Amino acid sequence: MEEIRTGVYICHCGLNIAGVVDVEEVAKYAGQLPGVVVSREYRYMCSDPGQDLIKDDIKELGVNRVVVASCSPRMHEPTFRKAVEDGGLNPYLYEHANIREHCSWVHDDKELATNKAKDLVRAAVRRVCRHEPLVVREAPFTPSVLVIGGGIAGMQAALDIANGHQKVYLVERDPSIGGHMAQLDRTFPTLDCSECILTPKMSDVGHHPFIELHTYSEVEEVSGSIGSFKVKIRKKARYVDESKCVGCGDCEEKCPWKVPSEYEMGLAKRGVIYIPFAQAIPNVATIDGEHCVYLQKGKCRACEKACEAGAIDFEQKDEIIEVEVGAIIVATGYDQFDPAVISQYGYRRFDNVLTGLEFERLTCAAGPTEGKILLKDGREPESVALVHCVGSRDQNYHEYCSRVCCMYALKYAHLAKELTKADVYQFYIDMRCFGEGYEEFYNRLSEEGVNFIRGKVAKITDDAVTDEEKGKLVVVSEDTLLGKLIRVPVDMVILCSALQPRADAENVGKILNINRRADGFFLERHVKLDPVATPTDGIFIAGCCEAPRDIPDTVAQAEATAAKALSLISRGTVTLEAAISTVDESICHGCGRCEEVCPFSAPSIVSKNGVMVSEINEALCKGCGACAVICPTGAVTIKHFTQDEILAQVDALTEAR
Amino acid sequence: MEVLSPYKEATEVILEAGGEPLKLCYQCGLCTGTCPWNMVRSFLVRRIMHEAQLGAVDFGSEDVWTCVTCKACVDRCPRGVEIIDVMRALRRAVASLGIGVVPDALRISAKNIAGVGNPLGEPPERRNDWAKDLKVKDFAKGTEVLYFPCCVPSYDPGVKNVARSVAAIFDRLKIDYGLIGTEAKCCGEAIRKAGYEETFQSLAQNNIDLFTSNGVKTVVVSSPHCYHTFKAEYPELGGEFEVLHIAQYLASLIDKGKLKLSKELNKKVVYSDPCYLGRHNHIYDEPREILKAIPGLELLEFPDARENGLCCGGGGGRIWMDTPKGERFSDIRVEQAAEMGADIIAVACPYCVLNYTDSVLSMGKAETMQVKDIAELVAEAM
Repeated sequence: MEEIRTGVYICHCGLNIAGVVDVEEVAKYAGQLPGVVVSREYRYMCSDPGQDLIKDDIKELGVNRVVVASCSPRMHEPTFRKAVEDGGLNPYLYEHANIREHCSWVHDDKELATNKAKDLVRAAVRRVCRHEPLVVREAPFTPSVLVIGGGIAGMQAALDIANGHQKVYLVERDPSIGGHMAQLDRTFPTLDCSECILTPKMSDVGHHPFIELHTYSEVEEVSGSIGSFKVKIRKKARYVDESKCVGCGDCEEKCPWKVPSEYEMGLAKRGVIYIPFAQAIPNVATIDGEHCVYLQKGKCRACEKACEAGAIDFEQKDEIIEVEVGAIIVATGYDQFDPAVISQYGYRRFDNVLTGLEFERLTCAAGPTEGKILLKDGREPESVALVHCVGSRDQNYHEYCSRVCCMYALKYAHLAKELTKADVYQFYIDMRCFGEGYEEFYNRLSEEGVNFIRGKVAKITDDAVTDEEKGKLVVVSEDTLLGKLIRVPVDMVILCSALQPRADAENVGKILNINRRADGFFLERHVKLDPVATPTDGIFIAGCCEAPRDIPDTVAQAEATAAKALSLISRGTVTLEAAISTVDESICHGCGRCEEVCPFSAPSIVSKNGVMVSEINEALCKGCGACAVICPTGAVTIKHFTQDEILAQVDALTEAR
Repeated sequence: MEVLSPYKEATEVILEAGGEPLKLCYQCGLCTGTCPWNMVRSFLVRRIMHEAQLGAVDFGSEDVWTCVTCKACVDRCPRGVEIIDVMRALRRAVASLGIGVVPDALRISAKNIAGVGNPLGEPPERRNDWAKDLKVKDFAKGTEVLYFPCCVPSYDPGVKNVARSVAAIFDRLKIDYGLIGTEAKCCGEAIRKAGYEETFQSLAQNNIDLFTSNGVKTVVVSSPHCYHTFKAEYPELGGEFEVLHIAQYLASLIDKGKLKLSKELNKKVVYSDPCYLGRHNHIYDEPREILKAIPGLELLEFPDARENGLCCGGGGGRIWMDTPKGERFSDIRVEQAAEMGADIIAVACPYCVLNYTDSVLSMGKAETMQVKDIAELVAEAM
C-alpha cells in the first residue's frame, strides 16, 4: 500500500476567513495530523499562485492527497480538483473543507471559530486518505434543444439555436406563439409597436427548417439528464387538421357560441372555434373543447359545415410525441397578479378600474375599441389615474419589485394624454427608471404635464363627498411630499399589477427537477455569475419565469441560454459524474428497491448466471445516493461517499481535539 | 429657516421602548390613507413614522395620543410595520420618561387603574356589585367557567346590563360558572397601549396569580380587549388558560343545540365589528351567527364591515380621552346605521357600547336607535 502523503492548504480568502479564523494556527495544527506532510496558509488559494502551491508540492514533496480549506465546494471544488489533476494526480484524491460559509461567516468568536475550522480540517484529512482514484467518462451530447414556452424569450432562444443549424423543439401551451408580448400595444421607452417588431420573429419561428413547432402542446414528462433528456410532449387535440386548415376564419364566423377572448383580456369575445389573433402562428383554428357544444352535448357541428377545406376533425385525440434532446430552455413566462384580492381597489366592482394588460388592449389599434381609450359607457375619460405597485413591493402579496410597472405606467400616461387629452395622475412610491433611455422617457413625460403624486393608494371609492366627486372614481392616498391626504376624482383607474410566477410553476419545476425561490420564480444557479443556468445541468431559464423583467433583458437572457446550449452542442460530449453507485453482486438480493427509488432510472434488476441482481446504468447515475440509503443489504455503495469515508469523517468530527 | 437635524438619542429611546418596527417603514403613506382619523381630521401616520426614524418626534403634540390602535393600517402595510407598537413606544417614552405631556383624562384613568385596579376609580370591593341580587357563586376550584366581565360592565351603571345578561343566559342554561373575588383588577390591555407598561405588568401579574391560584381553566370574557390581552399577552407572562369571548361561547352553544332562541325580535339590526374582536383576533362570523339565530331579526351589514370595519374610537386608551364632537367615529357609524334604517346597532364590546350609546344620545336619536351588546339580545330572545 502506498504511503499517504497529504498536503493541507488553508485559505485566508482575504479577511473573509482570516478575519475570524486564526489561519496560521489552523495550518500549524493540520501539519501535525497523521499523514500530513505539508500544511500551508495562503491569502487566495483560488488564485494562480495559490494553485501553483498545490501543483509544486505534488511534484516536489510527493504529495498524493490534497485538502483545501476555503469557501463552499460549490464555488471552488472544481478549481482545486483541476489543480490536483494538473499536478499529475487523479482529481478525486482531493477533499474540500468549507471554513467560510460554514465557519467564519457565521461565527463571531475567534477562538471557537478557529477550533471549529481545525475540526473541519481534521475530518477532511481523515477522509481524504480513503479516497480512491476515479475515472471520469464522457458520453455523446444529443445535438438538439427543447424550448418550453413560445413568448419572446422562447422564440428568441429557439431562433438563435436554429440559426446555428441545430434542431429545436419549441413547445407552446396556447394555440399560437407570441406570449404576453403579442398582447402589448406599444413598447417603452421608444413606443414602437409591439406587434411590428414581434410578428417577423413569429413568422421566422413558424417557417424555420430547424424549428419543430408544437403549439397547443405541453411537456408532460422529462427523464434522463444533460446530453440526453427524454421528453414526452402532449399535443392537445385541437379538433382541426393543421395540414388542411387555411386560417380563413369562416368557422369562427359561423360558430354560434361566443366566450371571452383570453387574448383580449375578456374585453371582447371569440368563437368557441377560433384563431386567437390575426397574426397567430400557426394560422390555424382551434376548438376549445371545454366550451364546444358539440363536444359537450353532441349537437351543433356548425363549424364543420362552414369549413370548405374539410379541416374539422371531431375524432382527433390528444397525441403523445417523444423526443430526445441534449438541453432544455425553460421560458414559461409570468401571470399577471389578480388585483381583485385587494378589495379596496374595487377591481371587478367598478367598471372603469382596469389592469395594465386590459389597457394595452384598449390602446391597440387592432383591439376591441380599435385603439380608442373608452370608458365602459363609451365616453372618453377626462382624467386617468395610474396606481403603481399593485401587489408588488408589498409583503401582503409579493415582496419583490415587478420592475416593468414604473415604465409601462409612464407609457400609459403618454398614451392617455395623446389619445384622449385626459389629465393623468401617477400614484407612485419610487420611480424606478433604470434602463437605456428610461430616465429620458420619465423626463419627457414630466414635460408632457403628467401629475406625479408620491403615495401608495389607500383606496378607490365611488363614495363622493363633494359635487366634483359625483359620478367619479375617487383615488385616496396621502401625498407624502405635501403631508396631506389627497382625493383625486377620475374617470378611469389603471392598476399596475405585479408580475407573478405562473400558477403551475411548481408543477413545471417538478417535471424538470428545477427549484423555485421563496418568491416562486425559478432559481438560477448563481444570481450574478451563472444567471441563466439552473442547478440542474443542461436546463436553462430565460425571461419572466426567472424573475420579472422587461423585453430587452428578456431577449438578452434568451440569447444567453441559446449560447449556453450551442456551446454544449459544439463540445459534443458531456462529462459523466464519476462518483456514482456500484453494486456488490455477491450480497445483492435483487429486491429492486433501488430501482423504485432512483429518480434517474439508473438501476435495473437483471438476471446474471440465474441470480437476480441490480445493475447500474453508469450513463444515467448522478450519484445522488438514494439507492445506497434504501438498500437493505448494503450492496449498493456510492463511490467517493463510501460508508468507510463518511464514518471516518464523522468520527473525526466527534472526537476530542 | 428652521433646519432639522436627526436626533439619534430620541430615536434610541423610541427603539428601546418597543419601536423597533419603525425601521422597516418606506414612507409610502398607505397608513395615512387607511387611517380612519383622516375622515374627520388630519393625522399623518406616515409622518410620525418618519419623525420617529429621525428622532424628530414632537413629544408634546397630541398626535402621540391620537391613534386608536384599530389595526387597519397594520393589516394593509406593505412592509408589515407594527405601527401600533411604534405608537405605544412613543407613549411609553412620554409616560415613563416624562418627556412631553400626558393628557389629563388619561392621567386620571391611569392613576385610578394603578391605585384601585379599575379606570373608574371605584372601590375594588364593589367590583361584583352588579351581580349582588343574582346570587352568582364565587369561582372555586373545579368550577367550569370563570366569567370576567371587564371593568366597564362591572361598574358603569349604563353597561351593567351586559354582564347581567350573560349571567341570566348562564343561569338559564345551568352553566357551572363563577365570578372571581374582588381582588381581580383591570386586564390592562388599554393602559398598556396608552404607554403605561409598568402598570400593565403589575395588573397582569396580579390577575395571572389570582387565576392560577384559583385553578382557572376557562375564562369567558365580554370585552375583546380582555380577550386580546389574556390570549396574546398573558401567556408570555405565565398566564395559560383557555380564553373565550362570549360571542364564541354562545355561538358554540347554539351550534351544539344547547342554546335555543325562540322569542321573535322583528327589528333591523346592524352589527359593528369591534377592532379587537375583528382585525386583532379575526373573529367575524360567530357574532353574526348568533344574530342570525334570533327569530325575526333582519341582519344588516355596514358597507365597511369585517376586515374594513370602522373603529368606535375607543381603543388604545382613547376611551378615557375626550374626542370633540365632529371627530367621533361612533357618530359616523350611528349616521350610517340610521341611513340604512337600522333599529339596533349590535356590538360585542363594552367600549363600543359606551361610545355608540353616547353618540345615539348626543345625536338625538335615542327614540329610534338602540345600542345592544350581543349578550343582551340573546338574553332577551331566550
